[in-house]
Amino acid sequence: MRNLKLIIKREYLARVKNKAFVLMTFLSPLILVGMIVLIAYLVNLNSNEQRVVAINDESEQFVGDFNDSDDVRFIDLSSIDLEAAKTIVKEQEYFGLLYIPKFQNNTVPDIQFFAKEAPAFGFLSQVEKTIGDKLTNQQLLARGIDVNLIEASQTKVEIGIQNFSGEKTSKMSTYVKMIFGGAAGYLLMMFIIIYGNMVMRSVIEEKTNRIIEIIISSVKPIHLMLGKILGTSLAGITQFVIWVILGGVMLSLVSIIAGVDIGEVHGPQQQAMEQISDNELQQLVIDIAKLPMLLLLVSFLVYFIGGYFLYSAIYAAIGAAVDNETDTQQFMLPVILPLMLGIYVGFFAVIENPHGVVSTVFSMVPLTSPIVMLMRIPFGVAWWELALSIGILILTIAGVVWIAAKIYRVGILMYGKKPGYKDLYKWLKY
Amino acid sequence: MDHLLVAENVSKQFGEFTALNDVSLEIPRGSIFGLLGPNGAGKTTFIRIINQITLPDKGGILLDGHALRPDDIRHIGYLPEERGLYKSMKVGEQALYLAQLKGLSKAEAKERLKYWFERLQIEDWWGKKIQELSKGMAQKVQFVVTVLHRPKLLIFDEPFSGFDPVNANLIKDEILQLRKEGATILFSTHRMESVEEMCDYMALIHRGNKLLDGEVTEIKRRYKSNTYEVGLMAANPEGLRKELEERFRISDTEFKSINDDLKLQIQIGEKSSPNDLLTFLTSRAEVNHFVEVIPSVNDIFIKTVTTNA
Repeated sequence: MRNLKLIIKREYLARVKNKAFVLMTFLSPLILVGMIVLIAYLVNLNSNEQRVVAINDESEQFVGDFNDSDDVRFIDLSSIDLEAAKTIVKEQEYFGLLYIPKFQNNTVPDIQFFAKEAPAFGFLSQVEKTIGDKLTNQQLLARGIDVNLIEASQTKVEIGIQNFSGEKTSKMSTYVKMIFGGAAGYLLMMFIIIYGNMVMRSVIEEKTNRIIEIIISSVKPIHLMLGKILGTSLAGITQFVIWVILGGVMLSLVSIIAGVDIGEVHGPQQQAMEQISDNELQQLVIDIAKLPMLLLLVSFLVYFIGGYFLYSAIYAAIGAAVDNETDTQQFMLPVILPLMLGIYVGFFAVIENPHGVVSTVFSMVPLTSPIVMLMRIPFGVAWWELALSIGILILTIAGVVWIAAKIYRVGILMYGKKPGYKDLYKWLKY
Repeated sequence: MDHLLVAENVSKQFGEFTALNDVSLEIPRGSIFGLLGPNGAGKTTFIRIINQITLPDKGGILLDGHALRPDDIRHIGYLPEERGLYKSMKVGEQALYLAQLKGLSKAEAKERLKYWFERLQIEDWWGKKIQELSKGMAQKVQFVVTVLHRPKLLIFDEPFSGFDPVNANLIKDEILQLRKEGATILFSTHRMESVEEMCDYMALIHRGNKLLDGEVTEIKRRYKSNTYEVGLMAANPEGLRKELEERFRISDTEFKSINDDLKLQIQIGEKSSPNDLLTFLTSRAEVNHFVEVIPSVNDIFIKTVTTNA
């Protein structure tokens, strides 16, 4: 135990004192905030520019329907013919020319948009909608249908969801649960990919430095593996916490100093939020409050740490099997694959049916359970299932660490030989 | 005799390859024991078994009379042939870390390190990183780390490789000093002269088999062939040579001398004594040089290995 503590301490300090690590710890939030500011700036820049679009409307029906907005200003060039209008647009460097030819009633005009660059999708669909709506209304009128009547008779239906004990819930709560699970899953995946690699490199380090035999004649390989995984994890957590704090502080600083409202960048999401009625918003708050917060937090910690340890142990085993980092490539796919599988199963199977066979099985399989189970928990999972899943996870971690230690011990006898899967299996039997 | 380490019928297979085949050894307490063998003989495997890095397929090791236990590694200091240190760690921190892994407290480790660093005059390396040191300098640090916890058994695998003659001598003296202080030393090498100089006991391993072992002087006695190197001044060298050829097995040899002598190696039978030879020679010529040919470890090594090939 004393040795384990020593190893953890050394591994932690070795990571934390590393110059590249220190640099990235303080540079990453800077780069991230810089990028956010840059994007915010670019988006603002883009939307500040008002484009001029000329209209050549030979039917003389639509000109009045196009209203100027922040983005677009319309100019009426209907009085001259198309060719002359084109020339003007080119000379004045307008953004484009909308051409609406004369057309028979009850037919659809062949409308064209002339421009140097392809126009934005949103702009086009708006133009199409403006003209289409007007034509539809004309057709309705021509057939003797009162447009106002149609509008008046349109009905909106909303279904209130309740469970049998009378608690109200909303459709939004499913999304909330999904977002929680998805965020946890992605966070775990990111953490594994960044810091799992670090564990692997630290295991390889002993071989490249040729200190492996000195170390292994002093400590048990299993202590070394555990120490490396724990020490590197602590370093990772340190870095992560610094990132979150530094990133948060800098973001708020930048938004105060530069006056860039970063919240405004998320345009589409905001629109979506605005569409939610106040009623639903209230329900949403209630839903969030009703989530089993303590259970979620505890299980998040358990699965996050467990999942990370499991994958770190796998990375450690890979590191133990090879001499240098280039040899690790062939083992990378089997590590990333179950992670991605977990996320996909989470987003498709769990959302569709949280307690179906697929979801249940994948929340037990240790390689996917940290992600899938986390996404299932907000929908309510039986205690025994949770206990079973965690139990399997812990046993698997112990098994993989043991295997890694075994491979490590045997691996030192095999300097310079690139091992395949067959060799790995053989080593386990030594 | 009191043996610190006893290996009993140790065998180890790697797949088809037999690294050790039924090897038994006894290492007397307080001795310097040379483990000899050509490359790939199984020396390192044997040492790794003592260090519990690999387990033997058959047989076992007794340390201090009991079967090896996991915490026996505290009583063993091991300097492997493949050696290195963490490159980006500072010398002092690293030595402290490795010493603590061997069970020393931090204060104890610091105190002993200070002693050793002063002794080897490397105090000013404390704050340097290993990557700033030369290979030989790093080896000195490794040596200190190996002996720091005052183990009963010290195992050196090719300890002098990588050292210049001055430092090799320094390390040799330190090893002898450690023996004087009570340590038992196991030495693995294929450099015969160091065995000749330092070892009390030796064993020769070839292709996983122990070919011979015992006290170095005793082995030499066993391998001597009653051969004497002589330098003779005779009036008629050719006649003398003929006469000698009839009585003994002779061969030409070479050694430094100021005279233009007849230089020969003469092997006498088991039963005759050197005095008989000397009497015979003095009656025929003037004897300038008369030395018994003692087989060197190198000769024994080559002879044993080639006859067993």
